[in-house]
Amino acid sequence: MKIVMAIIKPFKLDEVRDALTGIGVHGMTVTEVKGYGRQKGHTEIYRGAEYAVSFLPKLKIEVAVAADQVDKVIDAITTAAKTGQIGDGKIFVLGLDRAVRIRTGEADAAAL
Amino acid sequence: MTTKIPYRAGLTAFAALALGVLFADAALAQAAPEAAAAAPKLDSGDTAWMLTSTALVLLMTIPGLALFYGGMVRKKNVLATVMQSFAVTCLVTVLWMIVGYSLAFTEGAPQWGDTIGGYVGGLSQVMLNAMTGSSVNGLAKTIPESVYMTYQMTFAIITPALICGAFADRMKFSALLWFMGAWLILVYCPIAHSVWGPDGFLGGAGVLDFAGGTVVHINAGTAGLVCALVLGKRRGFGTESFAPHNLVLSVIGASLLWVGWFGFNAGSAVAANGTAGMAMAVTQIATATAGLGWMFAEWVARGKPSVLGIISGAVAGLVAITPASGFVLPGGALVIGIAAGVGCFWASTSLKSMLGYDDSLDAFGVHAIGGIIGALLTGVFAREMLNPAVPADAATGTAAVAAKMGLLDGNAGQVLTQLYGVACTLIYCAIATFIILKVIDVIIGLRVSDEVERDGLDLNLHGEVVP
Repeated sequence: MKIVMAIIKPFKLDEVRDALTGIGVHGMTVTEVKGYGRQKGHTEIYRGAEYAVSFLPKLKIEVAVAADQVDKVIDAITTAAKTGQIGDGKIFVLGLDRAVRIRTGEADAAAL
Repeated sequence: MTTKIPYRAGLTAFAALALGVLFADAALAQAAPEAAAAAPKLDSGDTAWMLTSTALVLLMTIPGLALFYGGMVRKKNVLATVMQSFAVTCLVTVLWMIVGYSLAFTEGAPQWGDTIGGYVGGLSQVMLNAMTGSSVNGLAKTIPESVYMTYQMTFAIITPALICGAFADRMKFSALLWFMGAWLILVYCPIAHSVWGPDGFLGGAGVLDFAGGTVVHINAGTAGLVCALVLGKRRGFGTESFAPHNLVLSVIGASLLWVGWFGFNAGSAVAANGTAGMAMAVTQIATATAGLGWMFAEWVARGKPSVLGIISGAVAGLVAITPASGFVLPGGALVIGIAAGVGCFWASTSLKSMLGYDDSLDAFGVHAIGGIIGALLTGVFAREMLNPAVPADAATGTAAVAAKMGLLDGNAGQVLTQLYGVACTLIYCAIATFIILKVIDVIIGLRVSDEVERDGLDLNLHGEVVP
């Protein structure tokens, strides 16, 4: 099992969710985060005092999938989240040791 | 968890009680039969307007100023900031009742000498002893004294509250309470008396201050600068982000200030008449002009017109028109507005960064500079037609009143008189504020510790947060 973690631009959330639903992934966790890569921040000015804001708002999406699904998931997210501009984000794949559905106690593959 | 009863609080309460008894004693001892005068006739229109004005000016502090300042600080300090406005309101109300009104708006106590009356009032109204349901203050003959006293109280409330903008994010709450109490009695009351009191020396010298440009704004702004310099810069000033956490609160606050200011300026006519009407009109014109002035100046200088800019400009306009409101025509208000909008923009951005002081919310840049601009331009734009000479009236026993006019009417000396008023206020306020701060610093310390400043005042001083 793997966790696919994607950092995307916030306005792309609905597209990504629809794309994942389309390939059979029906659950995800979304967190609001701040970050930067090659995309530069912006400058705010308050009564002459300038503040450089480097961190930009992004969304982190995490989905737990079977190992053989990972490529399909990456393709779906990439297609949905891409704009071609700097700041589109990144996808990371992490190993997942165990998974449990709390309500029923189902484990591993049955819990995903 | 044990509850500590701070002994200082108990000591303070006892001291206040003792002082109250002492003063009441003194007041009763000097009560003398008043000379018989024609019974003043109360005007219900004037009284109704002044009751309303009192409420409007109180609204300027709570929640006007509280929100204006609150929105501008970082979220970790917002509760401490609004607490300052609210606590000052409560504290000043009580002190005003006990001794403030008497020191500001009664004649100097004869047992203190002949000249003291020029600088501070006496003790005839300590604990409002001599105020009855029908008594009248000679400065406002057509309204009950209870209304006049409360109206002036709202001015005494907002003046120290304005100072809070200078030391936002770093002052101890206990030190704040001591400072505000001492400052009210030692700085605000004498200056208010000197300008507005029945025998005040600045008023007697011809200084024109209709609604408090000097008494309130130059006073508070100067004290603010002194506080900013004595307390020192905030940790992280110039390197960390001090961006306002919610400018929507500040817009609401500024709007309440604007609307409430009609009570501040038009109410200073102490009557429901043409003077009040003109004061309201020029207030509106100057404020709007100043808002545009700051906005356009910033647009040109920095590339974008900002929300913080336009509301700051509006407040600067309100400040500048304050001394002029009963003396100038709309044309003068327009010029005052432009001067305040652009001048205070420069003072709050360029001057501040040039001189390097951390006046957190521009108490000096907006209130002192705006007040000075307004005071001096009052000397230019005061028109005789609005305040012509009034001959003495033997029937009612009123003395003659000289005409009030400025440079446009040929009286260039008025500008110098205004400068005199500004200088006296600035110098006395700066020195007295400095001394009060240093005394408090030695006894309990003024500034919070580095950890408290870093973590935020809300949690550490008040045990509460806005999540």
